[in-house]
Amino acid sequence: MLGFLKKPIVVTAEINVNLVALTVLGLINRLWGLSYPQAVVFDEVYYGQFVSLYMKRIFFVDDSGPPFGHMLLALGGYLGGFDGNFLWNRIGAEYSMNVPVWSLRLLPALAGALCVPVAYQILVELQFSHCAALGAALLILLENSLITQSRFMLLESILIFFILLAVLSYLKFYNVQKHSSFSGSWWFWILLTGVACSCAVGVKYVGLFTYMLLLAIAGLHFWHMIGDQNFSNISLICHFLARGLALIIIPMAMYLSFFYVHLTLLYRSGPHDQIMTSAFQASLEGGLARITQGQPLEVAYGSQITLRNVLGKPMQCWLHSHTNTYPIRYENGRGSSHQQQVTCYPFKDVNNWWIVKDPGMQQLVVSNPPRPVRHGQIVQLVHGITTRYLNTHDVAAPLSPHSQEVSCYIDYNISMPAQNLWRVEIVNRESDTDVWKTILSEVRFVHVNTSAVLKAISGIFHFQLSGASLPEWGYRQLEVVGEKLSKGFHQSMVWNVEEHRYGKSQEQKEREVELHSPTQMDISKNLSFMAKFTELQWKILTLKNEETEHKYSSSALDWITMDTNIAYWLHPTSGAQIHLLGNVVTWTSANIAALAYLCLSFWYLIRRRRKIYDIPEDAWQLWVSAGGICMGGWAVNYLPFFLMEKTLFLYHYLPAVTFQILLIPVVLQHLSDHLCRSVLLKSTFNALIVAWFSSVYFAYCTFSPVTYGHPALSVTQLKDLRWKDSWNILIRKQ
Amino acid sequence: GGSRSGSAAPVPAALHLPACPAPPPSSAPRMRCARRTPRMPAVGGAQAGSGQLRRQDPRRLLGGPGGLFRPAAPFAAARPAALALVTLLSFASRFYRLPEPPHVCWDETHFGKMGSYYINRTFFFDVHPPLGKMLIGLAGYLSGYDGTFPFQKPGDRYEQHNYMGMRGFCAFLGSCLVPFAYLTVLELTKSLPAALLTAFILIFDTGCITLSQYILLDPILLFFLMGAVLSMVKWNTSADRPFSTSWWFWLSLTGVNLAGAVGVKFVGLFVVLLVGLNTIYDLWDLLGNLSLPLVVFGKHLLARVLCLILLPLALYTATFAVHFTVLNKSGPGDGFFSSAFQSQLIGNNLYNASVPEYLAYGSVVTMKNLRMAGGYLHSHWHLYPEGVGSRQQQVTAYLHKDMNNLWIIKKRDLDTDLSDPLSPVEFVRHRDIIRLEHKETSRNLHSHQHEAPLTRKHFQVTGYGINGTGDSNDFWRIEVVGRKAGKLIKVLRSQVRLTHVATGCILGSSGKTLPKWGWEQVEVTCSPYLKETPNSLWNFEDHINPKLPNISLDVLKPSFAEILLESHMVMFQGNSGLKPKDNEVTSKPWHWPINYQGLRFSGVNETDYRVYLLGNPVIWWLNLITIGLYLMIAVSTAVTLKRGVQLTPELKELSRVVLRGGGQIILGWLLHYLPFFMMGRVLYFHHYFPAMVFSSMLTGITWDALLKFSAALLPPSTIGRQVYGGGFLALILLIMYSFYLFHPLCYGMIGPMASDPNSPMAGLRWMDSWEF
Repeated sequence: MLGFLKKPIVVTAEINVNLVALTVLGLINRLWGLSYPQAVVFDEVYYGQFVSLYMKRIFFVDDSGPPFGHMLLALGGYLGGFDGNFLWNRIGAEYSMNVPVWSLRLLPALAGALCVPVAYQILVELQFSHCAALGAALLILLENSLITQSRFMLLESILIFFILLAVLSYLKFYNVQKHSSFSGSWWFWILLTGVACSCAVGVKYVGLFTYMLLLAIAGLHFWHMIGDQNFSNISLICHFLARGLALIIIPMAMYLSFFYVHLTLLYRSGPHDQIMTSAFQASLEGGLARITQGQPLEVAYGSQITLRNVLGKPMQCWLHSHTNTYPIRYENGRGSSHQQQVTCYPFKDVNNWWIVKDPGMQQLVVSNPPRPVRHGQIVQLVHGITTRYLNTHDVAAPLSPHSQEVSCYIDYNISMPAQNLWRVEIVNRESDTDVWKTILSEVRFVHVNTSAVLKAISGIFHFQLSGASLPEWGYRQLEVVGEKLSKGFHQSMVWNVEEHRYGKSQEQKEREVELHSPTQMDISKNLSFMAKFTELQWKILTLKNEETEHKYSSSALDWITMDTNIAYWLHPTSGAQIHLLGNVVTWTSANIAALAYLCLSFWYLIRRRRKIYDIPEDAWQLWVSAGGICMGGWAVNYLPFFLMEKTLFLYHYLPAVTFQILLIPVVLQHLSDHLCRSVLLKSTFNALIVAWFSSVYFAYCTFSPVTYGHPALSVTQLKDLRWKDSWNILIRKQ
Repeated sequence: GGSRSGSAAPVPAALHLPACPAPPPSSAPRMRCARRTPRMPAVGGAQAGSGQLRRQDPRRLLGGPGGLFRPAAPFAAARPAALALVTLLSFASRFYRLPEPPHVCWDETHFGKMGSYYINRTFFFDVHPPLGKMLIGLAGYLSGYDGTFPFQKPGDRYEQHNYMGMRGFCAFLGSCLVPFAYLTVLELTKSLPAALLTAFILIFDTGCITLSQYILLDPILLFFLMGAVLSMVKWNTSADRPFSTSWWFWLSLTGVNLAGAVGVKFVGLFVVLLVGLNTIYDLWDLLGNLSLPLVVFGKHLLARVLCLILLPLALYTATFAVHFTVLNKSGPGDGFFSSAFQSQLIGNNLYNASVPEYLAYGSVVTMKNLRMAGGYLHSHWHLYPEGVGSRQQQVTAYLHKDMNNLWIIKKRDLDTDLSDPLSPVEFVRHRDIIRLEHKETSRNLHSHQHEAPLTRKHFQVTGYGINGTGDSNDFWRIEVVGRKAGKLIKVLRSQVRLTHVATGCILGSSGKTLPKWGWEQVEVTCSPYLKETPNSLWNFEDHINPKLPNISLDVLKPSFAEILLESHMVMFQGNSGLKPKDNEVTSKPWHWPINYQGLRFSGVNETDYRVYLLGNPVIWWLNLITIGLYLMIAVSTAVTLKRGVQLTPELKELSRVVLRGGGQIILGWLLHYLPFFMMGRVLYFHHYFPAMVFSSMLTGITWDALLKFSAALLPPSTIGRQVYGGGFLALILLIMYSFYLFHPLCYGMIGPMASDPNSPMAGLRWMDSWEF
């Protein structure tokens, strides 16, 4: 029991000096002079605004990826005591005193530094020699592009760190599995794999590719286990469930938790509110919530409402009418009904108010008790200020002649009868007897006579140019039409009630006063987390920024040969500048290594198929597993970019190139072990490696002025650095 | 070289074990083989397998209904009869009411028109390769259609024009689909019920019938595609007799069909991929067969290269050769092609034309963007609308030839009067600063720092000034790519870049289509990003200058290889340019397998003769469920085999059919379906039909396997056989009944829409998204 009293407590510490040394080197190399330059560098201008919004707790949507990376950057700001007050408007702008530059850049730099020991450990776990592992770590250490990318407030270094961590922990797990299953370290490593994967995906969606690769490798390993008769069926099922838990369930839960934290942190309304639904906006503090708080939930006959088009792109708009009429003849000679215009108006206005009326009754107030409107019921919509009825008929719409004109009916006594009955269809109903709810219900208005559907026409981009906004006579508001054929489902045909109150005034004069006054009544409705998550996730995935052209954008093919660079920063006066440029020697060697790997593998495979074994079986297994990770990692992180239609930059290639660099020592060690048969050959080979490595170091040193932005180079020195004509090194005009 | 360690080395843990080497080198592998042989059926040994079965005592087999395969004997006699029946039904269903409706339906307006172009020999441009349209044209020609019907828009009546030849041809190819699928499944499963089920699914699918009845590319594509699959499968089964006549026949037939499939639509590339993967798998198998000398393996390899790569390539190229030979007259497609290409077409203004060779001041020129299908620099009297930069005259790129494409080259200083016939000719040189005056409107090509209409980061390009008098923003530096200063500029052959002097931006065409105010012409911008792309390069095409001597353009004549390459670039460009318009409701790939929404082929209103392309929902949903079922069966079978569970030979044969045969088919389905998720272009429902054919074959295979498995689990053989037969009968009756319900979709409906309760189809509108 009290054994520890009898024997001394012994702590045996085993310190891998290699690892410690590499970590220290990495830290020095990445953290040195971190707060220089004291100016906004490249995409800091983009991520910085989100950090500021986090500091101010203001809600935003960024379509470039999930929020975990942004949150980590914001954590740096939080630790440095950043108050979020900085205008992120221009690359090169000097930081003001309140911006903690060092701590904002600390986390990416740490992640970049830790990649070095992790790379070392990955090669060790792949059963390669310490020499090879050391080589891999040093190559990562001296890779200029990775250094540049990790020294600023950018996400790639964090992404690469989590990707490498995921690979490392899976390899650890796999090696532990060989002798003990379900032990403590077994669980630790497989859980860490899942966690690292979810973090990688949470930083950028590109992380998904490595996650898939690891899932495929895990699947393959499990497939071999199925064939192994030493495992009983029960233990196989246990293994399967454990993997499912650690590699699928936990990452999903983690991913959800990122969004949970994100939404918890950001509770104030902000600049991106309008792309979200009314319900979402109402859940944020300030903004719409201030207006909608306390509205009655169920829309009843006599309700006064504003109707917002659900599409909300490129801007939100509300169903609107005003006393002006459609011109009798349009410019192109077509005729109109000359009735009152109905449009979609992008601003709040008293003319956006409509009253829901029961066609069978005359009154425009809510009865007591209120009679709620249900799905499928017929209503008339009365424009609040002008008391005219929403109407559509077989007249061509002003800009979309294939659709019906929508108007507020004026009886000109010319045998054009009112057709003002609309059927309310709740799109997101749960049952056919659902009540029409404020904010939550998305409804379509189907015209009873013609089964046309009320639709707002707004081009997704360039709304003011696409011909969808009305000419002068319609005050450039957006067109509203009756779409004759219910062609599938489109959000522009769906509306929701945003502001709502029960009408009380019988008289028109009173009603006008009522419409001008703000709404006030008390029922509040909050969205559940899952509903918010689904909406936000969907918006992130579908929101498309206009395709932007950038001076430094490149195509995926340019990356292999590094035909392109990105200028990150230029000193306002001197020639000091920072570029994203890789270590030329490393990149070239990595390409050669990849080519050599492919050729050798093909050769071995063919020969093995003919039962000729050039290398021992265990060496072959090593070769295959290392290639699976390194070549596989390179391929999954690179090839998908050929299918992407977004603007691409050199830094998108960095995860792939990291994997490719890890392949260099793998190939070198293989060559030295299996192809250099004689001692002489071996020592020559080693000498060559040393020579090659010094050239890597030389290239690193040569380009370090544009990696660190220090020291400032003269024009001739800069010209000398332009090793490739396609590089864009900035040279000041004298 | 490496060390040979033949039998001593451990056998790699690969899934597929090679057959035993004929003379075993040592005892160890022989033992392994001896142990494994009963578990591994001989390659291609389906008949051998069942023969072996019959010799075994049925009672000894696990699960015991040994008679399951016995009906194969009477079936064998029934096969020709079944094939005949299936073919007859197929033809009957496709040719029934073929002439109806006697007007242009849906895409007939394109493909019928293109058929006419072949008959009239006018050049046109289409995003698909020419074979399909050539065949349509040929069918029309042979059946006496004279190519005079304009095919202007859907709904136009054919009147006296003979359209039945073309429709009949498509229907004929569409009907062949059914026997092809039948034979394929029969070959893969050796099971008549499975093949019959597949055939009945395809015969009674309203979608397949509709798609086969009109002048479309799809029946032609499907014909070649299924032809390729059938010949590939046939060839696989003749693998035990390599280099025999039938082996060569099927191999080369595969190649021919591949060429046909790709020659009709680029979707055919997916079936090329399928055949390619199958071939690699097959070669890998052969390579592992140590009894096969490397020389023989080399022969195998060469035979495949010859028949599956060289032969299709040659045929494919030949279709293009025919295409360009037939279409030798200028037509609507000219503007999509480069100036050099156009000089080949009779009637084009570049045909046999002769122009002055070097550009001079005062020349009247047209400038063509070097981007594929790039268009001519164009301007017209219309202004940019308010809110788009400044309200100056529009400058666009226009694909068609037009007077408004003409520009006059002027010097930057206005003094010299170039129209004076006596003034000396001054040539334009590389890096000169020039002004371009639009001939019709006398405005100068102008740019300024206002954002371009669509590409916001570029500058706007306008027409500015009155009678050629503008300002310093009208100056452009003309540069020839890869040339030194002071050199002259050649018409057609010089690739020219125009740099705006004041802002340093480059004149280019963004390739984006302007809205209605810009007459849907292509946007022209001035790009501040100095990227060297074809978008920002131009060449001079027409060149009029009476003071200069003309030279003939024949020197430009492109070689056939250049024409081929160019037409492919233009086609790819055209394909990727088919982007959905803003706010347009488009069909999404996930809609397709669930039969979410069809296509209106003909008729909209109640009084119209309406045809609606929609799959028979019962069949499509059965197919969808079956894919899930198949995956379950395949995974459980694979795991069972991997766990080394002993199975009866017949179950083992069945699992081979499921994994190998079913695997090929589901691979085909995946290859013909998944890529659409990554395509940016506009997609339509009918793109799913190649995948649907694979899915139908999978249904036949899967239900056959499923019923056999479940019959094997029931003890007495009679019940097992009843379950098996009953199951099939039920499925086939279900299919036929659903066809009875939905047949008006393909054979035409008149009367109220299904949304109207009085319509006979009212009860059949099972999904709100169906519009019939």
